[in-house]
Amino acid sequence: MLILSLYIACFILLLVIYKIVIKRFIATNEHIKTNTVTFGDESAIKPNRTASVLSILTLFFIWCAFTGSSLSPIHAPGPFTGDTSFSYTASNANHEIDTAQVFIRVNPVNEPLTIPSPANNDSNAFTKNDSAKVAAYRSVLIRVKKNDMGGKEKGYLITQINGQPIKPKQTVQVENGEVSLSTKGSLSFTPNKGWQMEPIWLPAPEAVFTRLIEITQDGYQNVSLFENIGWSLLRVIAGFLLGCIVGIPLGYAMGLSSWFRGWFDPIVEFMRPIPPLALIPLVIIWFGIWESGKISLLFLAALWIMTIAARAGVSGVNISKIHAAYSLGASKLQILIHVIIPNSLPEIFTGARVAMGVCWGTVVAAELVAAEKGAGKMIIAASKFQQTDIVIMGIILIGVIGYGIDILMRVAENKLVPWKGNS
Amino acid sequence: MIQEVNKDTSTSLYINDVSMSFELPDGGSAEALKDISLNLREGELLSILGPSGCGKTTLLNIIAGFLSPTKGSVSLNNKQVTGPSAERGMVFQQGALFEWMNVRKNIGFGPNMQNMPGTQVDQRVDELLETVGLHGFGEKNVYELSGGMQQRVSLARCLANDPDVILMDEPLGALDALTREKMQGLILKLWKETGKTIILITHSVEEALLLGERLIVMAPRPGRIHKEYKLPFAQHAITSDIREVKKMADFTSTREEILSMIWEMEEEIMGRKA
Repeated sequence: MLILSLYIACFILLLVIYKIVIKRFIATNEHIKTNTVTFGDESAIKPNRTASVLSILTLFFIWCAFTGSSLSPIHAPGPFTGDTSFSYTASNANHEIDTAQVFIRVNPVNEPLTIPSPANNDSNAFTKNDSAKVAAYRSVLIRVKKNDMGGKEKGYLITQINGQPIKPKQTVQVENGEVSLSTKGSLSFTPNKGWQMEPIWLPAPEAVFTRLIEITQDGYQNVSLFENIGWSLLRVIAGFLLGCIVGIPLGYAMGLSSWFRGWFDPIVEFMRPIPPLALIPLVIIWFGIWESGKISLLFLAALWIMTIAARAGVSGVNISKIHAAYSLGASKLQILIHVIIPNSLPEIFTGARVAMGVCWGTVVAAELVAAEKGAGKMIIAASKFQQTDIVIMGIILIGVIGYGIDILMRVAENKLVPWKGNS
Repeated sequence: MIQEVNKDTSTSLYINDVSMSFELPDGGSAEALKDISLNLREGELLSILGPSGCGKTTLLNIIAGFLSPTKGSVSLNNKQVTGPSAERGMVFQQGALFEWMNVRKNIGFGPNMQNMPGTQVDQRVDELLETVGLHGFGEKNVYELSGGMQQRVSLARCLANDPDVILMDEPLGALDALTREKMQGLILKLWKETGKTIILITHSVEEALLLGERLIVMAPRPGRIHKEYKLPFAQHAITSDIREVKKMADFTSTREEILSMIWEMEEEIMGRKA
């Protein structure tokens, strides 16, 4: 909730600053804007690249700030680390009351725990000072009565923490943390966690980056990063190509023949809304957990999308073009090759982009279920060992590769279908 | 000067008692065309005019062979029309060019489909580019051209096949008035140079008068020939300025006559609907 409000605050703040900066310093360019109506004119709305950059920077900043990263100068308050202490007051069976100190060292995460040196005791008191160690974000159980004289006797009671009264099951705020008293008379100390994320939830960016370099060099669980990503890509490409090889001709046939349309319509319309992930169990039963299973799954994921895209490509042909080709003396085969196929390319590319996206998502999910190598396998294995940095690194890589695939498809589309949007 | 004509005897295109009815979704049928008979001699320029829904385009599609009439037949050079063929070329309003081919390939499409040798196709395309005034535009993509230039490509593509009859379905309908006038001149020029039989469908009375050696006004419901004219303006326009022809007294009076005829038909339709 705090992070969300901070994010919204950043959004508004940057917007206001941007508007002011534009008005103050770049206002001279304002007269270039000849379009007075932009609100409601969708074509006038181009993504503001400054906003895109700021958006990424904001997310990155929030990530840094809430993980105590050294990349950001400002941080959310972190967990307490260092030495702290509190006092407890106990009464014994003889109704004597004495006070002793508990010294605690809160160690930073992922560092060896050290214990503070025991302090001098007031020899007259029956309560004895204690010392304990704890890692940040964790809590520690301190059995203070263990070394107290008469601590095991009936009637021994801890009554106060830092002078504040306490009863079993109650919690008292102390400096740098909170103390609660168990029914058995033990104290549990939880140091202040601050607002930052524990690395096991969200590691700092540099930790993820370090892990990326480490895994690039050494691999993870004896599989190199490139092998993991490569296997995922290989499966996607194999499944996608198979889907195209079967789906596109099928789509053309459905667009050109009423028998094909009638025969395959129920199958396609039935299979289309089924998410490929729902097929994983069946595919595993039929094809096993090895490559054939995953590739069949991706094939099915791509098949219907490509079929429907090719079918739409055929139905999208302007009938004038077909009539023109016939009256220019073209045969059916010539019309298919020279008119229908090129005319359907824009639709096919749109379908291919969707199919690639779906395949990439499906392969990761399929690898989560069962795989020896692959990007999905890497992150599911890392999550089992609570290596959140690898999980995050994997997710970022999957996102970047998916985005990269889409960009490549768009470049190919612009090269191969330059008339799209121009006809 | 203006006279209604009788059947011509030296025919190349023969439309014999053609009727066309479409089935309606409610089970009835609509008569788009009823008993149309029409003969065209070789080299004739016929324009067809009529309010929307009078079946002009249906008639053209039947001649082209895209539709088969429910009654009657069409024959060209004593051969019955059963389907589309390269001897009946067609020019569409717009959107019929192939965007994935450049201008050259669009124009050469017909000859290429008939496996004409490449050098011959190139030569033919070069000639046609010159004819339609697109010299130097051969390598352009068609979507980069203006609407008028695209229609020039359409005309050239149709001519490349050397068809016996050219069917034009509102070829200038999507163009602005100035471009339209230039293109009217081009169509007349092509007609004169090639001597092709041309059937032109249009919504514009002026265009129909100017480009029709012969003009047919069709009436709707059922689509039928309402009136036929034999006109001198196309010949005039070839030898003199189009703008001058459009100012001729005969031209304007015929235009007014036809306009009021079509207005009456439109009003009748509106009345029937209300």
